Amino acid sequence: MDHITFLVAVVIVTALAFDFTNGFHDTANAMATSIATGALKPRTAVLISGVLNVVGAFLSTEVAKTISGGIVDDTLVTPGMIFAGLVGAILWNLLTWLVGLPSSSSHALFGGLIGAVWVGAGSSGVHFDKVVEKVLIPAVASPLVAGVAALIATYFAYKLTARARKESVTKGFRLGQIASASLVSLAHGTNDAQKTMGVITLTLISAGALGHDDGPPVWVVAAAGLAIGLGTYLGGWRIIRTMGKGLTEIQSPQGFAAETASTTVILTSAHLGFALSTTQVASGSILGAGLGRRLAEVRWGVAGRMVVAWLITLPAAALVGGLSASAVKHGGDFGTVVVALVGAAVAAGIVLVSRRNPVGAHNVNDAHEVTVRSTAPTSVGTAA
Amino acid sequence: MSIDWTALGQVAAVSIGVTVAVVVVFALGVLGLARYEGARSVPEGGTSAAGVAQAGVCFLACAGVVAYGIYLIVPQFH
Repeated sequence: MDHITFLVAVVIVTALAFDFTNGFHDTANAMATSIATGALKPRTAVLISGVLNVVGAFLSTEVAKTISGGIVDDTLVTPGMIFAGLVGAILWNLLTWLVGLPSSSSHALFGGLIGAVWVGAGSSGVHFDKVVEKVLIPAVASPLVAGVAALIATYFAYKLTARARKESVTKGFRLGQIASASLVSLAHGTNDAQKTMGVITLTLISAGALGHDDGPPVWVVAAAGLAIGLGTYLGGWRIIRTMGKGLTEIQSPQGFAAETASTTVILTSAHLGFALSTTQVASGSILGAGLGRRLAEVRWGVAGRMVVAWLITLPAAALVGGLSASAVKHGGDFGTVVVALVGAAVAAGIVLVSRRNPVGAHNVNDAHEVTVRSTAPTSVGTAA
Repeated sequence: MSIDWTALGQVAAVSIGVTVAVVVVFALGVLGLARYEGARSVPEGGTSAAGVAQAGVCFLACAGVVAYGIYLIVPQFH
């Protein structure tokens, strides 16, 4: 273990912290609609999702061979840049969680890395054509496809069951939702946990602690799986509320259609080698399901804010990543400690602010808005 | 940079096709279930057995798709 320097240890801890935020940011993708329709009790839903994420982490043998999938020049990446990129990604994930917006954890990670590499190694280290190919196009296409699929499926689900007994229909689709939501969770575990494993493994390789063709050691797999599983279990309730209640009022046939659409889009794209964001697919599906039921109200204001969050995720994380990278570059170990401390302080601050108006398992379905200010009845009009 | 429109189109077509098929089949299963439960609630309902059969076949088909999904997710099966 003498290869593990201070910096490498910091990178590993930061990567696990990112994995944790990734988990609780993305619980909503699989479980928001099941929680909203009552197919699963909130606590049960996050437990199932957490366990399946850990299982998925252990199942995925195909660990990411590159940190970024070619978006940045991996040969130029140093552990310091990885650290800076991760800090950017974590802070952006926490900020979007605070305001209850589902944004892509993968985009946050890519953004953080792009910013860190740009500052650390110059703009030639960033492959902008790859950014378009791997980030922009899937980001536009995947929610559209998922939305259209969920829309058509929802339309038929209601058309076919229009004259059947309401209780039977609701019960039947609720049971189906348990299966479809579980599949989304499993697919998420195999995809997202392995990103962190890849980051840690490549850091260890660059530090000389592992050979060049070595896979991740068991402790890396276990740590990454547990971090994402624990994050998932704690649940990003603020995001769950937005996705289950905020975009549209979801009923069980819609929930089933949306989760089925998410699963098929994620699986077919993975099979054909497209990288995409689970978050964006799930949001697209939910919007489609909202449009597919007649008289269902889609809150376009919420959808609009969500799209804005998607657009600025990458640049915002890149900005934080770039700032951190310059501190690490010029300040060495001291700069790293400063960035880590400032990052931890900002993270703690965000958590403290969230306490003012907490959203948890007990009240996730009570309202459709996530507000940052405390909800004293008089201040509702001014809190925007 | 070249955008692989064919692959993109494939993803779109397969995703939409599979989603709609699964949900339609599942809805038919739910319909069978509803018919069975509806028949049970009135004393001389006759369509109970047909309802159960319809639900069984449809849910079995969906279970098959789920099994294939798990097969795709778990790399050890390939």
